[in-house]
Amino acid sequence: MSETPVSWATRRQHRRHETLIQWALFFCAALSVLTTAAIILVLLSNAVYAPGDKTAFFEKVSLWEFLTGTHWKPSDGPGGKYGIWPLLSGTFLVAIVAAAVSIPAGLGAAIYMSEYANPKEREWIKPVLEVLAGIPSVVFGFFALKFITPVVLKPLFQFLGADIAVFNSLSAGIVVGIMVTPLIASLSEDVIRSVPRSLREAAYALGSTRFDVSAKVVVPAALSGILASFLLAFSRAIGETMAVAIAAGGNPVFTLNPLRGAQTMTGFMVHASTGDSAADSIPRMSMYAVGITLFVITLIINLISGWILRRYREVYQ
Amino acid sequence: MNLPESKASAVSFTSGADSYIRRRLLISRAFSWICRLVTYASLAVLLVLIGSILWSSLGRLSPNFLWNHYSMNPMKAGILAGLWGSFWLVLITALFSIPIGVGSAVYLEELAKDNFFVRIIKVNLSNLAGVPSIVYGILGLTAFRPMMMFMQTLFDGQHAINIGGMFRVRLVHLSIFDGSLLIGALTMSLVIMPTVIIASQEALRAVPQSIRVASLALGATRWQTIWRQVIPAALPGIATGVILSISRAMGEAAPLMMIGVLTVASMCPGGIESPVQLVTEPSRLLSVPFDQFTAMPVEIYDWSKQPDPQDRFTSVAAAGIVVLLLVLLTINAVAMIVRTRASRKLQW
Repeated sequence: MSETPVSWATRRQHRRHETLIQWALFFCAALSVLTTAAIILVLLSNAVYAPGDKTAFFEKVSLWEFLTGTHWKPSDGPGGKYGIWPLLSGTFLVAIVAAAVSIPAGLGAAIYMSEYANPKEREWIKPVLEVLAGIPSVVFGFFALKFITPVVLKPLFQFLGADIAVFNSLSAGIVVGIMVTPLIASLSEDVIRSVPRSLREAAYALGSTRFDVSAKVVVPAALSGILASFLLAFSRAIGETMAVAIAAGGNPVFTLNPLRGAQTMTGFMVHASTGDSAADSIPRMSMYAVGITLFVITLIINLISGWILRRYREVYQ
Repeated sequence: MNLPESKASAVSFTSGADSYIRRRLLISRAFSWICRLVTYASLAVLLVLIGSILWSSLGRLSPNFLWNHYSMNPMKAGILAGLWGSFWLVLITALFSIPIGVGSAVYLEELAKDNFFVRIIKVNLSNLAGVPSIVYGILGLTAFRPMMMFMQTLFDGQHAINIGGMFRVRLVHLSIFDGSLLIGALTMSLVIMPTVIIASQEALRAVPQSIRVASLALGATRWQTIWRQVIPAALPGIATGVILSISRAMGEAAPLMMIGVLTVASMCPGGIESPVQLVTEPSRLLSVPFDQFTAMPVEIYDWSKQPDPQDRFTSVAAAGIVVLLLVLLTINAVAMIVRTRASRKLQW
């Protein structure tokens, strides 16, 4: 060993250091897997089966009642009812209104930016969308409760002869739609721009108008990416919390009427965590059951979105 | 993709074809106007949003809003505790998430071989990015709190830490680990970690392969190449992505609500109320991570929900939003400057 040149020794030291660094970085990357494992473990151990002397939610409330019940009344004490449907209906009502707002707006903006706008216009439209995407959720909640409902919706529905509540899922859905529009716009624009120019030129050469090119050639060619962006936006809308907790109110009713208040899964979780029920009580544990439902629903939608993207991606040379 | 609009309408056609083509051109023009309208509507919404908030905040937006505490009197309520809380939260979150996030990105982009476990990490990462932030809140509530409780039992009985014999810091707030800044920051780090990793990965990917190859050819080891060539070259991109993720942490409230932060806070973490105290009483810094806190979006949520018949808290909430948006605007401006500076300097 003593005859080895110094450079070899340092080199070996380097190599040992590098292995160490590599392992440290690997551990950083593995932390994300650990996070997922921890989330699943925490949800399962409080909702499905609790080790030790704790009792999980589904050991007290049957899965059947949870999945089929249409009353959600955790505040009723021992006689509380735990049917997920009111929360599901509230969640999907908000998400569907959000989709109705964001799909036309996002897709329209994506088509406009990639097919119509000149570079100058793009230069300011993109930052505006980025700013819109960066505005916090609570701000949109305030906007829905203090502006959209009293200033826009209330006069409108009074004119139409209907009554709208102060807390309503319509305003919540509208602001969530505004929030996810930039997501759809930017994801869809990326896939639309990646459609090769030759397809457009061929269509123009055959006498197509710009509408024909956009709607019948470019959008179908980019359809998988566009659908994937819709699904991602939908799952984002389902997981959206603060805006909905402010604007939709906290009354879990099983209704599909967007003019009334509703409680979403996320809204209930915020409500339950701020409430003063004891840590091991059923109302508190129901939070985990709702959490696992939310987690599973968003995960499934995200997985489908990724699958569509991979399965139906058109590859152009 | 700007192709010139066809000028076919100027050409005259024979009767039947004429009306057919005119109709198609009309549809095309209407469609372009609809798309333009929808796009411009996003700008209009942004203007209305900001305008309506500024309008509502008029009654309350004043300097003393910045240095007042929570109060039941809407004319006295201020955002000081939230401002400091958000500042500390973002700072500690950055301390956790930047090294780990950038480290993961470096591993995945520069070092990882394509094996089973690495593939799992990558798939998991894209799914983790889609998990609602409130679910991380549940994790923080259930996993981090008992961890802190355990730490507390370790500290129990001595309530003080001796550092180098110089500072003897009494950790008076150790008994209130519930909803402490450390739990909040750990939770928030998990929330923004996927975004930090993905943004850093993109920045690393943008570094041309020639730089790596040249460095390795000159005899540098892999790590020397990464540390001295690749990371400096990717730094502006990483910085932009990280700053944007940090601004997300500042606006996020849902996970904080879950871990039980204060909504009514009449004190700042560590009792530090002005930057001057950072210099005059540095020992307070040590109790900051263990202190309870509130954050700006949480206070805004509370003010928005305040059941007040005269609606007097609306202006308070709006003033809070103005402050929050100004802070976010500053952060984003910094990111923008970093990005433009870098794109001007670097040429590949």
